[in-house]
Amino acid sequence: MIPLSYFLILGAILFALSVMGIFLNRKNVVILLMSIELMLLAVNMNFIAFSHYLQDISGQIMVFFILTVAAAESAIGLAILITLFRRRQTINVDDLDTLKG
Amino acid sequence: MNFVAPDISPVIPEIFVLSMACLILVADLYLSDRFRIVSFLLAVGTLLGAAFLTLSDMGAERVYTFSNMFVDDTLSDVLKLAIYALVFVVFVYSRRYTQDRGLFRGEYFVIGLFGTVGMMVMVSASHLLTLYLGLELLALSLYTMVAFQRDSATATEAAMKYFVLGAMASGMLLYGMSMLYGVTGSLEIAVIKARVAELGVDNLILVFGLVFVVVGLAFKLGAVPFHMWVPDVYHGAATSTTLYISTAPKLAGFAILIRLLIGGLEDLSAVWQDMLIILAVLSIGIGNLIAIAQTNIKRMLAYSTIAHMGFLLLGILSATPNGYSSALFYALVYAFMSLGGFGMILMLSRKGFEAENLDDFKGLNQRSPWHAFLMLILMFSMAGIPPTVGFYAKFGVIQSLIDVGLVWLAVVAVLFAVIGAFYYLRIIKLMYFDDPETDAPVQATVDMQVLLSVNAWALILVMPWLGSIIDLCRRAIAGL
Repeated sequence: MIPLSYFLILGAILFALSVMGIFLNRKNVVILLMSIELMLLAVNMNFIAFSHYLQDISGQIMVFFILTVAAAESAIGLAILITLFRRRQTINVDDLDTLKG
Repeated sequence: MNFVAPDISPVIPEIFVLSMACLILVADLYLSDRFRIVSFLLAVGTLLGAAFLTLSDMGAERVYTFSNMFVDDTLSDVLKLAIYALVFVVFVYSRRYTQDRGLFRGEYFVIGLFGTVGMMVMVSASHLLTLYLGLELLALSLYTMVAFQRDSATATEAAMKYFVLGAMASGMLLYGMSMLYGVTGSLEIAVIKARVAELGVDNLILVFGLVFVVVGLAFKLGAVPFHMWVPDVYHGAATSTTLYISTAPKLAGFAILIRLLIGGLEDLSAVWQDMLIILAVLSIGIGNLIAIAQTNIKRMLAYSTIAHMGFLLLGILSATPNGYSSALFYALVYAFMSLGGFGMILMLSRKGFEAENLDDFKGLNQRSPWHAFLMLILMFSMAGIPPTVGFYAKFGVIQSLIDVGLVWLAVVAVLFAVIGAFYYLRIIKLMYFDDPETDAPVQATVDMQVLLSVNAWALILVMPWLGSIIDLCRRAIAGL
């Protein structure tokens, strides 16, 4: 059996990748949305690994809800992206700089 | 296993608001623009109805339902009533402003009510799943609300920033929750508490999860160094949306802080106390200092919010019931001060004109002495000058710090509060000692005039009942 720690390390790597994707990416807003999705999937990986290891079903139920919410979240994210593109004709992260402080 | 129908009586207010929101969504389709006011009245009526339902069910008894996922106690009742009141006033204040800008649509009220349901679920959550769902329902409503002004470049940009940072905060919080689940083996907050008591503070994974939870919560509250979204969103969004974001969601944020850190992880208080000290000191310091440099009043109030959130954290980090109740009192007072402050900006805005610069407040006394005086009360209260209630809120928090021996922290807090008083008093100076740049009369609907006056005066006239309000906060915390 694959030990729990392997899953947790994989989850941590995915999570770190997504955080880096959000902070280092200076080009495209769509990549930000992808990173957010990846972040939630990394969390799901953790929940499922723990749930299997603990033989407790509630972690998997939580994953169902997280997936559903993630779908709603990306729908709203893409909708905002479209209004942004209509206004600006660009989805470059560096161009989002009218608000400063 | 038999199916047992859950006891739905504690969740009737949530069900009512949710069904009314759906009803308004459908009914609004059949209304022409001339009758849009019907959606408004329905939304406002929904909040009154929900307040009635919560009041009629308000007992001292703590009730769990839905397999311990949902709790109805004094804290949730108090916070829910405050949330109804805040959202009610937000709708009334923003009526003329949204009408002038073509934002007076049914969706505005529907989203506002969905956000309200999210907040209600958050304050009543006793399970990580309900907590997360309430949080997301609120957050998704807020993103949409910010993006509501589609034709505004700043609003869409603010919405995008808010969305990305908010989603990341949820991700952090969830990652922390997954660690808590892994260590304790349960998503139920009461069980987590019991398991944490057995495991003690030395468990590394538990502390690791706690760090992520605290970071996620700090993002949501807007504490430094996770505050980047606050000024941009407050500035970029339509003022009616800023009004909504800056009031009721702060109470919901306070509620999840209480539910998670105190309800679930109080035994780790030695660990989270240090983290909250850093967050609070940075928030109060940076919030107050950067606010001085602002010329846009919405941005200035955003930094002032950050500083106020620092004060709220000060109450919580003392880790005593007294500290929690003073933080609860602070959150309530702050929400109503912020309501009045942004209400004032809404009132001074006209069709085609946004009163968002400090200069727009110049000579307000000559244009309308009454409104200048209301703003004076609000600013005094935010600065924490007696005899306003803002002073007592700060006083309670600082007293709870001294009680646990954190005197240096109390000194730092007072020092920065004094520095912060500068930019509040600057507005008063602009209103009373400068000449107006315009002589346009201040216009507002009667309902808004009355509510705003009550809102501002309440910050002084509530004094005789101050004792009973603080007592209510104590009881709410004691009933946890």
